[in-house]
Amino acid sequence: MIKTDALIIGAGPTGLFTAHQLKLIGLNCEIVDNLDKIGGQCIELYPDKPIYDIPAIPECTGEELTNNLLEQLKPFNIKFHLGERVDELKKDNEKWKVKTSKGTEFETPNVIIAGGVGSFEPRKFSPKECEQFENKTILYSIKDKKIFDGKTVSIFGGGDSALDWALELSKISKVNLIHRRDEFRAAQATVDKVKELSNAGKINLITNSQLKTVSGNGKLEEIEIENDNKETKKLKTDFALGFFGLIMQLGPIANWGLNLNKKTVEVDTEKFETNQKGIYAVGDICNYPGKLKLILSGFHEGALAARACFKLARPNEKYRFEFTTSSKTIKNRLGVKSD
Amino acid sequence: MAKITYIENNGTSHTVDVAEGLTVMEGAVQNNIPGIDADCGGGMACATCHVYVKDEWFDKINKKSEGEDDMIDQAYEPKKSSRLSCQIQVSPEIDGLEVHLPEKQI
Repeated sequence: MIKTDALIIGAGPTGLFTAHQLKLIGLNCEIVDNLDKIGGQCIELYPDKPIYDIPAIPECTGEELTNNLLEQLKPFNIKFHLGERVDELKKDNEKWKVKTSKGTEFETPNVIIAGGVGSFEPRKFSPKECEQFENKTILYSIKDKKIFDGKTVSIFGGGDSALDWALELSKISKVNLIHRRDEFRAAQATVDKVKELSNAGKINLITNSQLKTVSGNGKLEEIEIENDNKETKKLKTDFALGFFGLIMQLGPIANWGLNLNKKTVEVDTEKFETNQKGIYAVGDICNYPGKLKLILSGFHEGALAARACFKLARPNEKYRFEFTTSSKTIKNRLGVKSD
Repeated sequence: MAKITYIENNGTSHTVDVAEGLTVMEGAVQNNIPGIDADCGGGMACATCHVYVKDEWFDKINKKSEGEDDMIDQAYEPKKSSRLSCQIQVSPEIDGLEVHLPEKQI
C-alpha cells in the first residue's frame, strides 16, 4: 500500500503540471497512466503537430511540450506508474483507497483525475462474434511472438504497427495482411519492404478489403473478408490481429459515483472538486460553465486543485501563498540557490 | 447558411440550419445532435465525428484533407463513403446535404 498526499490519474500535460504545483507547495504525489509512456494525447495523438496557444511559447510540438514539462519536474522525484489503469476507487474513513489494473494500491486523501478524454484502448473488430476469441486467437497487441511460430496469422490495418508486425511475423509465420484501402500510413521504407515481400509471395497482401465475420470451434479457424465490390473471400487462419489505433473511453471513471455530463466530470471552479470530497477533475475531462478544452486551462485548473489538496493532506497546517521568485522554501524544494 | 440533415443509424433524422464557415461536425455539436462525439474538438486527431456521405453528395463537398483517410482507418466500420465531419466545410453550395451516422463512434 503506497501512501501519498495526492494521486494523479493521467500523465498528460495537465497531470504533469499539476504534479509540479503539488510538489512546489510541499505535497508529495504519484502519477498513474494507462498508456506505457508519458504525455497523454500530446504524445499518443499529435507528437509532431505544432501547438500555437501555450502562453509564452509561440510554437511547440506535443512531444516538445511533454519534454519541457518533464524538464520542469526534474527537481522533484516523482514516481510514475505507467501501463496501469485505475480500476477501483473506494472511500475508507477520510481517505481514498485506489487500486490499479496491475494490483498496485494507494491510500490518499486526494485523487486528481487528469484523464483527458478517458483511457486509450485498442479499437476492436466490429463483428460481435470476434469477442469469443478475444485475448486468445484474436489479439490487439502482441506480448510473445513465439505463439505465432509456424501458424497462419491474418493482420488487419494499414499503419506502422500492422506493417511492422507483418514484416516481423513473415519470418516465422504465414502472413495475410489486410487493409481497407490501398494506401498505407506507415513509414515509406516499411511500405516498400511489405510490397517487396508481397511480390516475392512472402506476405499475402489484400487491400480494399475488411473483416466480415469469423468462425471456429473454440479457437479461430476461418475468417471471411469482403472487398469494396462486396465480394467475399474465406481464409483459413490461426490468429487474427487488429491494429486500428487507439480509441478513448471513459472506462472505470464512470463507476465512481461522480456527476457526469456526457464524457466529462462536473466540478466547481474554486477547487475543481467533483461531487465527491477529495476527488478533483482537471484538464479536458472536467466540465463547468465556460470550460475551454485548452492545455492552458488545464494548467490553471491543476494549480487550484493542488491548493485544495493541501487542506486535506495537511489538516493541521495553514497554506501560505508564495511566489517562486522570492520564497526561500520553494527555492529549497527546487534545489536552486536563494539570494 | 445551409440546411444539413443528420440521419442516425436508427433512422432518426435531424435537419438544422448551420452557418457558413462552420464544419458539419460543429453544426451537430452546437445543435446537440446525438451520434457525433468529436472527442478531439475538430483537430483531426481522433475519428469520433465519422459520417457516411452518399455518392450524390460525396463529390459536391470539399475533398478529403491530407491525413483524413489515415484517421478514417481508425474509425468504427469505415466505408468508401466515410468522411470526418470536422473536415466538411459548410457553405451555401451544400445546402440540403445529408450525412448518415455510423452505429457508434467508439
